[in-house]
Amino acid sequence: MSIKVDARGFSCPQPVMMAQKAIQEGKFPIEVLVDSSTARENVRRLAEMKGCKTEITSQDDEFTVKLIK
Amino acid sequence: MKEKLTRFFASKWGIITAGVLIGIIGPLLQKFGNPKNMGICVACFERDIAGALGLHRAAVVQYIRPEIPAFVLGSTIAALIFREFKSRSGSAPIVRYLLGIFAMIGALAFLGCPWRANFRLAGGDLTALTGMFGLTAGIAIGVMFLRSGYNLGRSQKTYQAVGWIMPVLMLGLLLLRIFHPVFSEGGPIFFSESGPGSMFAPLAVSLVLGLLVGFVAQRTRFCTMGAVRDVILMRDFHLISGVFALIITAIVANLALGQFKLGYTAQPIAHSSLLWNVLGMVLSGLAYALAGGCPGRQLFLSGEGDGDSGIFVLGMITGAAFAHNFNLAARPDTLADGVLTVGGLSPLGMTTVVLGLVVCLVIGFSMREKFE
Repeated sequence: MSIKVDARGFSCPQPVMMAQKAIQEGKFPIEVLVDSSTARENVRRLAEMKGCKTEITSQDDEFTVKLIK
Repeated sequence: MKEKLTRFFASKWGIITAGVLIGIIGPLLQKFGNPKNMGICVACFERDIAGALGLHRAAVVQYIRPEIPAFVLGSTIAALIFREFKSRSGSAPIVRYLLGIFAMIGALAFLGCPWRANFRLAGGDLTALTGMFGLTAGIAIGVMFLRSGYNLGRSQKTYQAVGWIMPVLMLGLLLLRIFHPVFSEGGPIFFSESGPGSMFAPLAVSLVLGLLVGFVAQRTRFCTMGAVRDVILMRDFHLISGVFALIITAIVANLALGQFKLGYTAQPIAHSSLLWNVLGMVLSGLAYALAGGCPGRQLFLSGEGDGDSGIFVLGMITGAAFAHNFNLAARPDTLADGVLTVGGLSPLGMTTVVLGLVVCLVIGFSMREKFE
């Protein structure tokens, strides 16, 4: 069961801050739901900085960035 | 191919490329005729547009700068090609409008947006450093609010037509620039006959280079406020590497074009009143941070369908009208017969900058929520 973070509708830095908070809590995998490619790239960059692997899936114009430790 | 390009633009080299490109285009636009150290200035250009429309009557700063519509439309084109055009709105628009107004009042206290601060520095104007210090301080205050849960709420997906309002408005502005109609005797559209408003690059040059900037900035999410914010908030140096690239390139370009003049006083369209350069930019920086983007970034976002950014842009244009109608904008230093007159703000201008800071602090304190 993965932790879900719904950051849809927020523009950065909120999605990144929400993802960062989830990473700090340390329970993986984390699924960050975003609805802009800017947020998708930013969350991906954060994950890489924190040493996480990412899997990105898209549905309509929403993206799920899955963070795996 | 598209996916590859997207990855490149999102990479460190992508953002540096954007910085280098803007760093060349700014000085080039100046060479082609734009005012000194103002090859690109989003705040100044929006102020000129407000003047051209007759929203203020400062005769020396009235011109429909084609760069502004070009930035928005360049972003629209990029967003359409890469399928990122998305109509969205509804994240506290009235707050964004207010932030836009005060962001402009702060920018006109310093005489420039963050982009122009970079170009001023790259032209040898050392007062830009005081503005940059203020900008950083303002953004740092904004980061404190972000850390304590400040946000303006989620935006909503909305009708496709909503996202097209800003691009279509910008097309309208372009038509006004091209045909220069006069709507009544002695009335707008005004184009300055002297002063900065009368200095401009040829339409085609402004348009083509502006579209290019809009396109690349949309792809790379270039943002001068975000650059500083990300460093303070997360030690993320991605965006700021683009800003550094811009400044270094612009210095080299200005040296090559003979546009570099080192000094602190009587720099082109700038004043050396230290306190108000700093405080003006503190106000702007805080307003940009609370609104989530520098004036340039707000234009590019409005081009890809973000109605809330569009409202911020309209707020800035409104703020420019207030600033000049109410004598809140700074007066530049003047040097006549070897006598330096230091410019700066009127007492009312000073009061309004302080008022703006209070308004931004109230917004920051009162609009916080805790994430679950």
